[in-house]
Amino acid sequence: MLVEALALSALLFTIGVVGVLTRRNAIIIFMCVELMLNAVNLSFVALSKLYGAAGQVFVVFTMAVAAAEAAVGLAIIIAIFRHQRTVNLQNINLLKG
Amino acid sequence: MIFDLANPSQLMQALGPDLLLIVGAIVLMLWAAWRPESDEHQRAVGRASLALVAATIAMTLWYSTRGMSSNVGVIAVDNFRWATDLICLLGAFGAIALGMEYNVRERILPAESHVLVLFATAGMMILAAARDLMIVFLGIELMSVAIYVLVGLNRRSPKAAEGSLKYFLLGAFATAFLLYGIALIYGSTGSTNLTEIGQRVVAGNFVAHPMMLAGTGLLLVGFGFKVAAAPFHMWAPDVYEGAPTPITAFMATAVKAAAFATFLRVWLEALPGMGDAWFTPIWWLAAVAMFVGNTVALSQRNLKRLLAYSSIAHSGYLLVAVATGTLGGSAAFLFYLVAYTLASYGAFAVVIAVGREGDANNDLSDYEGLWHVRPGLAIAMAVFMLSLMGFPIFGGIGFFGKWYLLMAAIEAPRPLTTLAVVLVLTSVVSAGYYLNVVRVMFMKARPDGAADPERTGSLTRGVVYATAVAILVLGLVPSRVIGWSRAGVPRAPQIQAASVDAPR
Repeated sequence: MLVEALALSALLFTIGVVGVLTRRNAIIIFMCVELMLNAVNLSFVALSKLYGAAGQVFVVFTMAVAAAEAAVGLAIIIAIFRHQRTVNLQNINLLKG
Repeated sequence: MIFDLANPSQLMQALGPDLLLIVGAIVLMLWAAWRPESDEHQRAVGRASLALVAATIAMTLWYSTRGMSSNVGVIAVDNFRWATDLICLLGAFGAIALGMEYNVRERILPAESHVLVLFATAGMMILAAARDLMIVFLGIELMSVAIYVLVGLNRRSPKAAEGSLKYFLLGAFATAFLLYGIALIYGSTGSTNLTEIGQRVVAGNFVAHPMMLAGTGLLLVGFGFKVAAAPFHMWAPDVYEGAPTPITAFMATAVKAAAFATFLRVWLEALPGMGDAWFTPIWWLAAVAMFVGNTVALSQRNLKRLLAYSSIAHSGYLLVAVATGTLGGSAAFLFYLVAYTLASYGAFAVVIAVGREGDANNDLSDYEGLWHVRPGLAIAMAVFMLSLMGFPIFGGIGFFGKWYLLMAAIEAPRPLTTLAVVLVLTSVVSAGYYLNVVRVMFMKARPDGAADPERTGSLTRGVVYATAVAILVLGLVPSRVIGWSRAGVPRAPQIQAASVDAPR
């Protein structure tokens, strides 16, 4: 069971990484990051079967942090939408060089 | 005094300065939100924040003189922690002082800006104290979430919003890597405590363990992003340019110092048994960061971007100290961090003094002939540039910083001769852009019709001259800082010994 859970977690994490690297919409990139974080949560839960409660505790912390990060992240995405009228990263390129 | 961290009241005492800052920041946040936004309120909250930071500095100094330690637990009580705390708190002090005047000029009204700096600093202090990967994660997030907001503080500026978005997306991406690294290390060793991981890595054969190798690699990627080491530096120039300049200074110094300090502690305490598996990647990271940072900086015209690439190069120099993996290396690391923090802060303060409303006047051409209109600022900027370059005498403490870094690299049990040569050669390349700034300020005529810089605010002027004087004076008496940084290395072996003696 443990190996399957860890493999699924690695697969989900990889899907998240590929999504972040290939997608251009800020909200979809953010969803892919959340997918990565939750893939890690799955690893922690699976591993806590082996090592005790520490993994479960870590998951609670991760979820709390991810929620705080989501609040800030969505606010930032709204701020950029007010300036650019888009959340597509291809059109957001004031800073370069 | 030895703290028993299993005892809640002693754990609270061991977290004294951190708790003072966090409780004070929460009270200040309520006060900041209570009154309507105005420049006066922003400055009042700024003054109170400065007082709180000063009180925390005093408490940290008091703790550091009492020779405290602790048994093995989730947090570390050693001089390395106090030294990192002091560097981060000085960074916060500078960011708030510069921010009070910068915010008035840029019409950034929210008083919460100073409180967010305090929260970010609290995250840094937790990072400096962390002896458990769980605390490392919480500290990094507390610091980063506050910084995401601070970068986008100027809501009228599209550049600030863009910088904030880039930092947020890449920062969250890097955090996910870091977290997966932690999960894999927990999966292979069964612990998140740095001391326990260190012992288990040495006891079991983990050098070829695929899960442990992957975990170490992911942790390295996560930290690489946070300290802006090439090839994970792509966000840094954009974010540094878009952010309000006081926050840029804060990110280039305090954020980097805290992330590096944790990096070093994790490496020295948890993963020294990993041998080549971490030595080789860090070696390459250091070399690439020094090379990329210094060569790309040559072509930069915007001062904030130039300093951003310079900070990437300095990440490379600091990684040399991490690569030594010795206590001598960490003493050189702290010493270099002091020199780098002072010089960067000063340089960004000059950028604020020369800049104009709308974050304008940051181009190299705006510094032409600065010597003729603002000789004091020009001389101070020359000191900062020479210090960042590592020039003797006129660069003050910066020269000794590089010197000790080189000594630590050569004296390491596995001498880093090639890396030392790369360090020297890339420092020579860095003269190309540092000295160019000095040349533009002193040898070019002021262009016709260029308006004089506005009157510099007293706090900004204070930061400029205080850092310049500190660089030069400490350059004359470096032994004080050397003694301080030698005393400040992580004390993992002693902590283990103490845990045996500690009353149970």
